[in-house]
Amino acid sequence: MNKTDALIIGAGPTGLFTAHQLKLIGLNCEIIDNLDKIGGQCIELYPDKPIYDIPAVPECTGEELTNNLLNQLKPFDIKFHLNERVDEVKKENDNWLVKTSGGNSFKTPNVIIAGGVGSFEPRKFSPKECEKFENKSLFYSVKNKSVFKGKTVSIFGGGDSALDWAIELSKDSNVNLIHRRDEFRGARATVNKMYELKKAGKINLFTKYQMSNVHGNEKIESIDIKHDNSEIQNLKSDYVLGFFGLIMQLGPIANWGLNLNKKTIEVDTEKFETNQKGIYAVGDICNYPGKLKLILSGFHEGALAARACFKLARPNEKYRFEFTTTSTNLLKRLGKKE
Amino acid sequence: MPKITYNTHDNETYTIEVQNGLTVMEGAVQNDIPGIDADCGGGMACATCHVYVKEDWFNKLPKKEDGEEDMLDMAFEPKPYSRLSCQIIVSDDLDGLEVNIPSKQA
Ligand SMILES: Cc1cc2nc3c(=O)[nH]c(=O)nc-3n(C[C@H](O)[C@H](O)[C@H](O)COP(=O)(O)OP(=O)(O)OC[C@H]3O[C@@H](n4cnc5c(N)ncnc54)[C@H](O)[C@@H]3O)c2cc1C
Ligand code: FES
Repeated sequence: MNKTDALIIGAGPTGLFTAHQLKLIGLNCEIIDNLDKIGGQCIELYPDKPIYDIPAVPECTGEELTNNLLNQLKPFDIKFHLNERVDEVKKENDNWLVKTSGGNSFKTPNVIIAGGVGSFEPRKFSPKECEKFENKSLFYSVKNKSVFKGKTVSIFGGGDSALDWAIELSKDSNVNLIHRRDEFRGARATVNKMYELKKAGKINLFTKYQMSNVHGNEKIESIDIKHDNSEIQNLKSDYVLGFFGLIMQLGPIANWGLNLNKKTIEVDTEKFETNQKGIYAVGDICNYPGKLKLILSGFHEGALAARACFKLARPNEKYRFEFTTTSTNLLKRLGKKE
Repeated sequence: MPKITYNTHDNETYTIEVQNGLTVMEGAVQNDIPGIDADCGGGMACATCHVYVKEDWFNKLPKKEDGEEDMLDMAFEPKPYSRLSCQIIVSDDLDGLEVNIPSKQA
């Protein structure tokens, strides 16, 4: 059981700056994110696109913004838990008990939800039958490639992940690569390599096909793929891999007893607290009259939520407002003064 | 104002006037038409504003820009007449446009 003054759900720009504000006022915090990397939408959806409306930063890309926020956190010791989704938030006396998909649990008086539009999850195949094979013989990511050795693997998708795995697995497995159109959006060199392997008979390529059904009992035995012109082919397959990118899903946040409005959480604008004491929502996921889904708004919301956390984490102390330029306390925490 | 018709997956039909310059996605969201999520707010980054354009309209629409087809790869059950509704800008030429909303966005 980890104990902390505040737990932040989401390592997007809002979660990162909120961590800065918490540490600055002397609270400790940990951050959990379902993605394997830090940065939320900025890093997952538009790392190379320039942003022009961050105050005092005329231009920076999603990736640069994330790196700058991380730099700003350098003076502080903050624990990140990546690749873990927060599944459960339950009240226990004056604390919240938080459990993650990675088996971690936390006890904290303050939970700050900076969850954006929800956690990033892999997009799945549409036929219902696919569900029962998930994580057994049908996967959306590869954890252990050795299981595919000598087997027939059908890979779906047209981006780098699908192409990279098709190329890699073609060394020791029989690979089918299936994509809904003729063009691939992977890197040029990767696409060319795949076509070479196809020519050499190492990859069986099916374009303008999509998944239509899976057959098998315990394990997948074969799949049906359907052409744009409705023709169906049956392919023998031991394993199926799908790489359709990620989608944001509100997911477990919907089950924590919070006041929801579509995919957002209602908060007050003083503490950014939800209808549950000690649970706050900041950034894209919160809603109040006039809410703007902008990064700069998330920073403001996080700063206020952090101050609200102080009361519950340090009930016997009084929070004092201070500037980073002039406060000895703050300068010490920032490592600028002995 | 041009009229746009949205058919939902459970056979509800909404015909509404959408101001020139708005997108077909915005027309749906502002009028609470169910089935278009538009998680990224029109940034061509989520594919949750996916629609099937009525066949006879498909070729009359301005062509897809770079990146839309890539994003459609990730949509739920894309078909030959699939578009991202946030990339279709309403104009007088589109008066009468009809789109079908898929059963799911994800
Ligand atoms: C294409 C595009 C362009 C944009 N351009 C601009 C711009 O120019 N200017 C601007 O200000 N804004 C822009 N935005 C919006 C901006 O990116 C968002 O406002 C910002 O990312 C919100 O930050 P956030 O930290 O609140 O949420 P996010 O960045 O969405 O991060 C939320 C994180 O929480 C995680 N999470 C959610 N639920 C859980 C859970 N249960 N367990 C674990 N982790 C969870 C998610 O995995 C995610 O990483 C743009 C957005 C897009 C898509
Ligand atoms: S609204 Fe996200 S791609 Fe159209």
